[in-house]
Formats: sequence, C-alpha cells, structure tokens
Amino acid sequence: MQGFGLLLRKELRELVRTLRLPVVLVVFALMGLVSPVVARYIREILEAAGGAQFEGVIPDPVAGDAIAQFTRNLGQFGVLIAILVTMGSVAGEKDRGTAAFLLTKPLGRGAFLGAKVVAIGLLLALATALAGVLCWVYTSILFEPLPVAGTIAAIALVWLSLVVFAAITFAASVMGPSTLVAGGIGLAALMTFGALSILPGLAPYLPTGLWSLANELALGQVPDAVLGAVMTSTGVIVAVIGLSWWSFRRQEL
Amino acid sequence: MTPGTPPANAPAADTPAIETRGLTKRFGDVVAVDGLDLSVPRGSIFGFLGPNGAGKTTTLRMLTGLGRPTAGTASVDGVPIDAGGLRLAERIGYLDQDPRFYGWMTGRELLELAGRAYGLDGEPLAARVEQVLETIGLSEAGRRRISGYSGGMRQRLGVGQAIVARPGILFLDEPVSALDPAGRRDVLELIGSLRGSVTIFMSTHILNDVERVCDRIAILDRGRLVTEAPIDELLARHAKPVIEIDPEPGQDAVVGALVERLTEAAWSREVRQRHGLIRVTVSDAEAAAVGVLPIVVASGVRLARFERVRPTLEDVFLQLVGANGAARAAASGSGTTEGAGVTEPDAAADHERSSQRRSE
Repeated sequence: MQGFGLLLRKELRELVRTLRLPVVLVVFALMGLVSPVVARYIREILEAAGGAQFEGVIPDPVAGDAIAQFTRNLGQFGVLIAILVTMGSVAGEKDRGTAAFLLTKPLGRGAFLGAKVVAIGLLLALATALAGVLCWVYTSILFEPLPVAGTIAAIALVWLSLVVFAAITFAASVMGPSTLVAGGIGLAALMTFGALSILPGLAPYLPTGLWSLANELALGQVPDAVLGAVMTSTGVIVAVIGLSWWSFRRQEL
Repeated sequence: MTPGTPPANAPAADTPAIETRGLTKRFGDVVAVDGLDLSVPRGSIFGFLGPNGAGKTTTLRMLTGLGRPTAGTASVDGVPIDAGGLRLAERIGYLDQDPRFYGWMTGRELLELAGRAYGLDGEPLAARVEQVLETIGLSEAGRRRISGYSGGMRQRLGVGQAIVARPGILFLDEPVSALDPAGRRDVLELIGSLRGSVTIFMSTHILNDVERVCDRIAILDRGRLVTEAPIDELLARHAKPVIEIDPEPGQDAVVGALVERLTEAAWSREVRQRHGLIRVTVSDAEAAAVGVLPIVVASGVRLARFERVRPTLEDVFLQLVGANGAARAAASGSGTTEGAGVTEPDAAADHERSSQRRSE
C-alpha cells in the first residue's frame, strides 16, 4: 500500500476541485430536506390539486412516512449518484492515461485502488450523514423527535446499501472496458437486486432489504433480523473489492 | 530511497542500464514485439526507431511495467521487469506519447505529486519543483490549471514529471511529437543536457531528432530488431555515399543526357532528379570519385553546385526498413512490390546477428 496517504489526499482534493463533493452534498441535502416536507404536506398538495376526490382518502401523515420517503429517495437517487461518482473512477483514469502516469511511479496498485475506495466511501458517508441529519431535524420539527441512536443506525444502514452499489460499479470500472459499461453494470445490479427483493423470503437478506431495516431503526423499533442484509451487503462489498484488486494487479495499462 | 541517489542494491556501473533477451509480446495472433534483444549502455541516449506500429510503445510499456511480456526476459537497472513493481518504478521516469494529466491540478501540483511519489518532501521538493518548472519553461504557467495547457505545454510538463525525482533511467515515448519547432528544439536541448547523468531510452519516428541527440539507436520494424549500433557506426556501415549535382537552369537537353550517362555508370546505384537537382547514390565510392567528374565535364552542363553529401539517418532507415519489407513480401509470397527494388545485404546480416543472439 505504498503511497496510500498521498493518493488518498489526491482523491479527496479531486473531489473538491472537480466540484463532485459539493454537488453530491447539495443533492443529498435536498433529499434529506424534501423527504419529511413531502411526507408532511403531500395530503394538502393532492387535495389542493385534485379537489374533493382526495378528501378523507389519504390518512394523516406520521413520522414513519417521512423516514420511508427518505430511504426511498436515497434508494433511488442516492444509488444513482453513487453509481455516477464511481463509474469513471478507474476506467476513466485508464482511458485518459493518468493511471499509467501514477503507476510508473513508486506507488502500489493496491494503494491506487484503496485510496479510491476510501474516498468514495467517505464521500457517500458524508453525504448520507448530512441528508440523515437534515431529515432528522425536519422530521422532528414537522412530526415528532426521532430516537437519535436509531437514526444513526439507520443512516449507517443506508450508507452501507449505497456502498454496495458503489462497490459493484467500482469493480466494473476496474475490470470493464469503459466508464459507460461500468455505469451500466451498476444500474443492472440495482435492477437485479430490486427484482430479487420481490421473491418471498429473500428480501431481508439483500442489500435492498437494508432500507426497510433503516425505516424501523429510525423509528425506534427493533427489527427481527438485521444481520442477514448487513452480512450479505458486507460480503458483496468485500468480494467485489477483493476481485477488483486481484484483477487490477494483473492488468496491463 | 532518497531521490537522485542510486537505489539500494544498485547493480555495477558497467552492467547495461536496460537489457532484453528474446522479449516478445503477442496480442492474439499479432506479434507486436518479436524476440527483441537489446543492451542499452548506462548514461547513453538511446534512440528507439521504427515506423508507426513497429512495436516501440509496446516495448516501452513492457519495460516500464505497464505491460507484460508473452515471452523473454528484460531487466531495467538490474531489476527484472516481471518482478519489478515498486523496485522498478523507483528507478525510472516515464513520459507517455500522449501525456494526459489531471486537468484540475496546476502544473506545479502535478510535479509535487510526482516528487512526493518518490519520497521528496518539504523544502527539497519545493526547490526541485521550482527548478524543473524553470527548466521546462513553465515557471509562469505552473500556477495555472493543466486543463488550459496546450499540447506542447503538456508534453513539456510530461518531461518535467519524468525528471523531477532524478531517476537513473528515463523512458520517453515520442517526447517531441506534439511540439512546434521551437518547443522541439527546447525539449531536445533538455534531453541533450541530461547526457551522461541518466540513461535515456527514447522512442521516436522523427529521424532528425535522433541524429541531434542520440548516441546509439535501434531500429525496429514490425516487432523485429533490424539493427542496433552507435549512430556513426551505423551511418558508416549502411549509408551509401551520395553525390548531388545542381545544374544551372535552362539546360534541359544536356542535363537529360548527363542523367542518362550517370545512370549507365558501373558505380551508380540510383539516380534521382527532383526540382532540377540530380542525386546520385553510388555503390562504389572510390570508383565514383574518379569517374563522376569526367562525365559531368564531358556533358557540358554548367553547374551551380557539386557536392558529395553526408548520408543521413533517414537514408539508412529507409534502406533497412525497406529491405526488411522486401524480405517479408518475398517470404509471404504476397506479390507486393513495395520496397522490392532495394536490396541490402547488411540488413540481412543484422537479422542473422539478431537471430544468433536470440538462439544463444
């Protein structure tokens, strides 16, 4: 891992200079803000738009709606952003020749990959935490205060789910022929897990199952089985990152 | 390792800086590099010549650890390339043929990143970066983002990042191909100024540049080594003397007769006439020295200039690569006539020598 610190600093500086960090933070912050607001006022909005036909149909909103909206938003747009920021991380550097520039210097290939993984993980962690905090604040204002520990655990699970898709996209970026293919594989993974999650009994063990667990934890409930989805997700992350490293060590640049 | 000092376990000074034995690279059925045997002396500026697609970049990529050989062995500063990794990278600087760097960085930041990769830091790094920026003529532009650099500026920055940590061996892939004449002169002067202090392995297809800075050259064609020698030796060995006769204008009839007489001379190998200038390539220099002037005088042609010119590397290159092309055409029975009119026994001998070394 020679040069890991140097490469990590370069990755973090790149996130700031290319405006990826501020853009991702703003988008996630909006998702954190909008989710409780939409949940709180959706009935009023629909009644104002649709008139009498919606009166009495939509139940009174509760804090659980805000959290469900939050995890749904991050499960869609958050995953898409995770795929977007990851798809070019290695394939793009190989295309541009900057990987060759770095890797003909005394910098390990493991450090090159490791710095990228850590930087992407930190970016998603920061963005998810910001979104989670804003969601918690607005839910507390518009509904009721949510348990802090449960909310932190929920944010951690949502982050884990994003990292799963980022890791799969990352592996595709390392092993695939181009940035576009890497993005396509990330999207295919999202659709595949989405399709698998409708199979009975399988959902709690999939990365997508983390979102419903996050909902329960944020509301102070104790889910029946947390370990299944966490273990699967962690296993997928470790496996695809390991596979990326194994492949990258042997690659010609 | 302290940058600029020999790495630990550095090999003896008399061992070659770069050595390859039967180095081969195949991409499916295509043999990009075919049994390459090279020995590059320390401190030399080694020109690696060949037409486009000859296998130059593939060779460089194998020697810098970016590619893997299909067969054969190679070592750089005594480090085998297949086991090189960081040990290999500590010893080399590399410039890609189309250098692309991080557009969001400034030139100065890129050099700092490159220096830090070799362990430079603090004041020594700052001083060295300043020095390199001045050397490559980017002192002012060093504060600007690379995304705003021209191709020539990127190329000079590429040379800068390759030399910033003073590695012992520099691999430069077409280092001046994207530069304008002034930029080319500057970079070639920079390369020349490093003579003796580092070993430079430079691929190019611009022959004038090679003649200006290189001590030794190797010519590669379709993956095979055609020849390898010091430039002077190569010119002496391969280049046929050329005589240029420049008649004064308005003598078409007598000039035509002169060209005919020159073509018929026993020592004449080839006579070309272009824009009035007659260029005679001779096969027997001594006989030509005695025979050419009487023919000119007898023709009655008034001359503006008569000169025995020094053969150029281009003449040698075209001879060797042309002869190789003819041999290939004959061997494959493809019926192509490209280069078939050129015969070059020395080139064949070089092939034999190369083959012998491989079999050893």
